[in-house]
Amino acid sequence: MREDMQLLEAVERYLNQQMSQEEKLHFEQLRASNPEVDHLVVEHQLFLQQMEHFGNRKQFQSTLNEIHNDLVTTGEIKTVQPKVKVIQLVDKYKKVFALAASIAGITALAISGLVTYFTPKSNPSDIAQLKKEINTVKISQKQTENEINTLKHAPNRPATPGKFGGTGFLIDGKGYLVTSAHVVSKADSVYIVNTKGEYFKARTVHVNDNTDIAILKIEDPRFEPVRHLPYGIRKAKADLGEQIFTLGYPRTEIVYNEGYLSAKTGYNGDTVTYQIAISANPGNSGGPIFNQHGEVIGVLSGKQVTAEGVVFSSQSKNIFRALDSLKQDSSTTIRIQSNSSVKGIDRVMQIKKIEECIYNVMSY
Amino acid sequence: MTSDPIEKALLEGLARNDRASTTTLYREHFGMIQALILNNNGTVDDARDVFQEAMVVLYEKVKSGEFELSCQLKTYIYSICRRLWLKKLTQKQRFLPELEGSDSWIAVEDDLEHFEQQDQAFHLMEKAMNSLGEPCRSLLDAFYLQKKSMLEIASVFGYTNADNAKTQKYKCLTRLKKIFFAQYKNLEV
Repeated sequence: MREDMQLLEAVERYLNQQMSQEEKLHFEQLRASNPEVDHLVVEHQLFLQQMEHFGNRKQFQSTLNEIHNDLVTTGEIKTVQPKVKVIQLVDKYKKVFALAASIAGITALAISGLVTYFTPKSNPSDIAQLKKEINTVKISQKQTENEINTLKHAPNRPATPGKFGGTGFLIDGKGYLVTSAHVVSKADSVYIVNTKGEYFKARTVHVNDNTDIAILKIEDPRFEPVRHLPYGIRKAKADLGEQIFTLGYPRTEIVYNEGYLSAKTGYNGDTVTYQIAISANPGNSGGPIFNQHGEVIGVLSGKQVTAEGVVFSSQSKNIFRALDSLKQDSSTTIRIQSNSSVKGIDRVMQIKKIEECIYNVMSY
Repeated sequence: MTSDPIEKALLEGLARNDRASTTTLYREHFGMIQALILNNNGTVDDARDVFQEAMVVLYEKVKSGEFELSCQLKTYIYSICRRLWLKKLTQKQRFLPELEGSDSWIAVEDDLEHFEQQDQAFHLMEKAMNSLGEPCRSLLDAFYLQKKSMLEIASVFGYTNADNAKTQKYKCLTRLKKIFFAQYKNLEV
């Protein structure tokens, strides 16, 4: 220990340049020949720098506090919360308020007096009969109302549950969704349901069975376009081991799950899909796979039955490919954003912003 | 550094730990920042914290000698505080609010990122020092921060001679370095 202590002292004197020329040369030779000594010098230099920085900042912070207190005592800075404007207005108009209130009071009293004075005295039994009649009218009106309501909702809400269910998500706020091709390929008609339980009619505009991507368009006048989507679609490939999460509808309620990217290719080396480790159930198909920044990196498509915990997801570049072929076929333009606005915020908040754009897809 | 000769002198003073310069900077800019914080759901104490943190950023920046000011000093301080306050608000609240205030601010994310690393190291050292206990903390404080000689320290702390004080200092130093580097290495990764 004695030697260690002397060595550290020498290092300190060397770093502080308190050594004589001769001693310094000797020390530098030692340092060059012994890597342990060299390491100690480097480490201690870093430590002394941190110590110096620590001391300087500590000193500066206490100076700042002193200055703050000095300036407050001399009144050169004021640390008073400015009076809120509303209070000043109330003060100013106190009289007007009082006057207005009393006028309103007097008028109300006068009117109610006049009404009682001029109302004809009626027979109590008449009133009872009237009440009954009103009740019958009320009941029949309620029935009519109910009937009208059921009529109103009838075309929007299909009577039977769908043949297949899946998940879809908006890629353009105007009403374009992406889901899995296998969810809608055999469908006669497609309805989507949002987290609030509202049904919308949708039409399939593009299907690619190879990449398992389908694009739907919401065709319902009640759908209100979303001006700004919280997430973006990632064009580049995702990295191995990236933390991922998904939202989907394995039941009628939206369900969250998380996992990681386990391989850059899918089943038997399929290059259009990723292998991911996440718990997925029937109904999760078509759900977006987000990375931790809230960028869509894939679309969940299926799982391997023969192995446990192996799930496949179509890669997000397939969405871009689908849009390209859609552009050639028709004149529709779909604008996709690549930036996510939920980057760097807490997961619960990310989900709150994202979930409104995730839909339950039902095909009939 | 900056084109304005008065501001230049003030910043140079700040780097030298000159109290008068620091006071002038404080007096001239605090009001503006306090107004910003108070208008955006902050208290007087928040204003003080944010402003002082910004002063530390500025201090470390000028001390490093590589400070290039591309705008008015006022705008720079305002931008730093704006960023710091936005960060605190996001930690406190669920959504990112729009700040009400002046529109003239510049991007300072790079400056703050560098500061954040230093800040973490600073807090590590503070934690390590605090976990040392007495008399180690005062002993190291006296030697490394107040730059007292071993002889002085021996007499203040009641050691019979400077050698005893040195042995004690060595023991304390080894402990501090161990605590500090154990966590500093995690920081680097």
